[in-house]
Amino acid sequence: MDQLDMHTNASMRKRLRADKRFKLYGLAAISFALAFLVFFFVDIIGKGAPAFQQAEIQVTVHYSEAAINNYNKAVDKEYKHLVSKAWLRLVPNQIAGKPELLGQDYEEWVLAENSVDQYLKGHEGHRLKEKNQRLVDQMKTDGKVRLVFNSGFFNSGDSKLPENAGILAAAIGSVMVLLLTMLFAVPVGVMTAIYLEEFAPDNRLTQVIEVNINNLAAIPSILYGLLGLAIFINVMGAPRSSALVGGLTLALMTLPVIIIATRAALRSVPEPIREAAYGLGASSLQVVWHHVLPLAMPGILTGSIIGLAQAMGETAPLLIVGMMAYIPDAPGSIFEATTVLPAQIYTWSSESVRAFEERTAAGIMVLLTVLLTMNAIAVKFRNRSENTW
Amino acid sequence: MKKIIMSIAALLVAANAAQAGDQIHIVGSSTVYPFSSYVAEELGATTKFKTPVVESTGSGGGMKLFCAGNGADTPDITNASRRMKDKEYANCQKNGVKYITEVVIGYDGIALAQSKDAAPMNLTLAEILLAVAAEVPNKAGTALIANPYHFWNEINADLPHRKITFYGPPTSSGTRDAFEDLTMKAVAKKMDVYTKLYKADKKANKKYKKYHEVRQDGVFVPSGENDNLIVQKLTKDSEALGIFGYSYLAENSDRIAAATVDGIAPSPAAVQDGSYKLSRSLYFYIKKSHFDKVPGMKAYVDLFTSEQMIGDSGACADIGLIALPKEMREHYREQAKNLTNMKPEDLKKK
Repeated sequence: MDQLDMHTNASMRKRLRADKRFKLYGLAAISFALAFLVFFFVDIIGKGAPAFQQAEIQVTVHYSEAAINNYNKAVDKEYKHLVSKAWLRLVPNQIAGKPELLGQDYEEWVLAENSVDQYLKGHEGHRLKEKNQRLVDQMKTDGKVRLVFNSGFFNSGDSKLPENAGILAAAIGSVMVLLLTMLFAVPVGVMTAIYLEEFAPDNRLTQVIEVNINNLAAIPSILYGLLGLAIFINVMGAPRSSALVGGLTLALMTLPVIIIATRAALRSVPEPIREAAYGLGASSLQVVWHHVLPLAMPGILTGSIIGLAQAMGETAPLLIVGMMAYIPDAPGSIFEATTVLPAQIYTWSSESVRAFEERTAAGIMVLLTVLLTMNAIAVKFRNRSENTW
Repeated sequence: MKKIIMSIAALLVAANAAQAGDQIHIVGSSTVYPFSSYVAEELGATTKFKTPVVESTGSGGGMKLFCAGNGADTPDITNASRRMKDKEYANCQKNGVKYITEVVIGYDGIALAQSKDAAPMNLTLAEILLAVAAEVPNKAGTALIANPYHFWNEINADLPHRKITFYGPPTSSGTRDAFEDLTMKAVAKKMDVYTKLYKADKKANKKYKKYHEVRQDGVFVPSGENDNLIVQKLTKDSEALGIFGYSYLAENSDRIAAATVDGIAPSPAAVQDGSYKLSRSLYFYIKKSHFDKVPGMKAYVDLFTSEQMIGDSGACADIGLIALPKEMREHYREQAKNLTNMKPEDLKKK
């Protein structure tokens, strides 16, 4: 008896220890992943946060004849390199639009050059000349320098001058492309899934289709870019770099994801519901439309949102259809050239001017926020779909 | 369903009509891209014209798109970090792109750079060849052997005992082409040990005419088109050398320093007078048939060739372009103004 007890005790302890070890492995794995995530966030936020502030300086602006011919003359010579060209070059247009300005001098807060901005933020490699550093220090003590909220980052398009570069055009492009993707991919994807799940006979052909759909969900996204280039641009003649081409290409990429998610959602609707509806004399259309689809809706929405979020962050296929380009104007229609957020981030990341580093990180922060919101909505739908039948 | 297909087709037709030249489309070299897009931005900001779309496709990719035809969906201008090749010109002619104007905007220096912490380094073109070529002459200089060098002092005893590592652009890059042309080809075509192999069998040994095969044993690391990555690698690996455009060197002068080539450091003056060997001209090509159709083309070309942009202290110089000498700037400004037609024999003379 004692011996048996001891034996079970020993094996019990062994099992408990294994249990504990197993939990520890899991904990280690999750902390490892978390550490990476924290590192990523700290790095990105640390780099990107300063971009939400922008330096401005107060200078006397001369709206003179000389400034019309050479906009550099609109400010005193020593300030020429401190004021952003993005602001200076608009002076002649300002005078043309408001002739009464001519001959006047005004004290104005204007956008500072990126080296001034970087110097004030204490970044190494600001490239502000020593002479100008002293000038900026002097202006600082006089209260002629300030860091303000960088509204330009949200309401202007791309620019080669980092202080003038913003995400507006790319954000509008992203919204357009995403809407088009949704318009094309969701109806087609959901209809395909309904047919395959509810109506299609189970034969060789449907099995082949099913295997292919699963396979398509896993192929590298750049292949969709090549497909988009071949079909939409070369055959159908859609304009290169346009939101239309981007939206269609991403729709191709998102389709399999939506089909798979929708089928899973439809499959989870219990069979008795269909049988009950048929029992009451409903037609196939009525069964699907009135009973199955509404019950599967949360699952379909979750899948669609996750698919769209994936499309939102995609760059590789868009590179092939010409959307990775310098396109600072927001598109007026789906036929005009446009760029999207991830493409904008990529373009900034390869800029040689150092001030773009923080813009890149800030762009990533904006993109991450949008993606997190989309995924949070998807999770919410999923929770709601966990109803009991 | 039929209706949907019809309406999509109608939309696409309308799209083509809408797109037909109301905005300049520019493609081409990633080296010219920063300058080209800067000019595009200035044009969009200061005039009523729409900002041109500038796409960075690489010089070769740009030529292919540019020469595809005269249709409204083909690019109006292509940028290049090298001259148009004979083959590309022929392709253009074949596809009906008959009238092309060539403009040189300035020079780009290729910098060999290292971490600021590393001791200064001076290399000759021949030493660079010996460090990066896949096959190099043996000590006696009689035959070619697989590159045995892993430390600089093995090549030249005066050089430091330092591991040879290069971070450079991949083969798809124009910078890589230029690096190979200016260092490897320039030296190897004058070295008998390479050329005698070519002379012995012109067909099989064609590559030895101007030898430019880069070694693939991990010493030369192709590091992608993103030059910022190379800069970051250099700051972490103080033994390595990086190869990239001059503008990245100028922009990162707090982190990296240039190695001198034949005793000359890269600088605008040294490139202009030709004493710094690793430099090349930058071009753009105008499609004449689009010139009157696309609004803003003339304004864009005028702005790009103006002193305000490509002059000695122009805006492009601020972002790393090295200006042409004054007479040459005037020559090309004139050429752009008159839309001088490029002739096939122009491509032959150097």
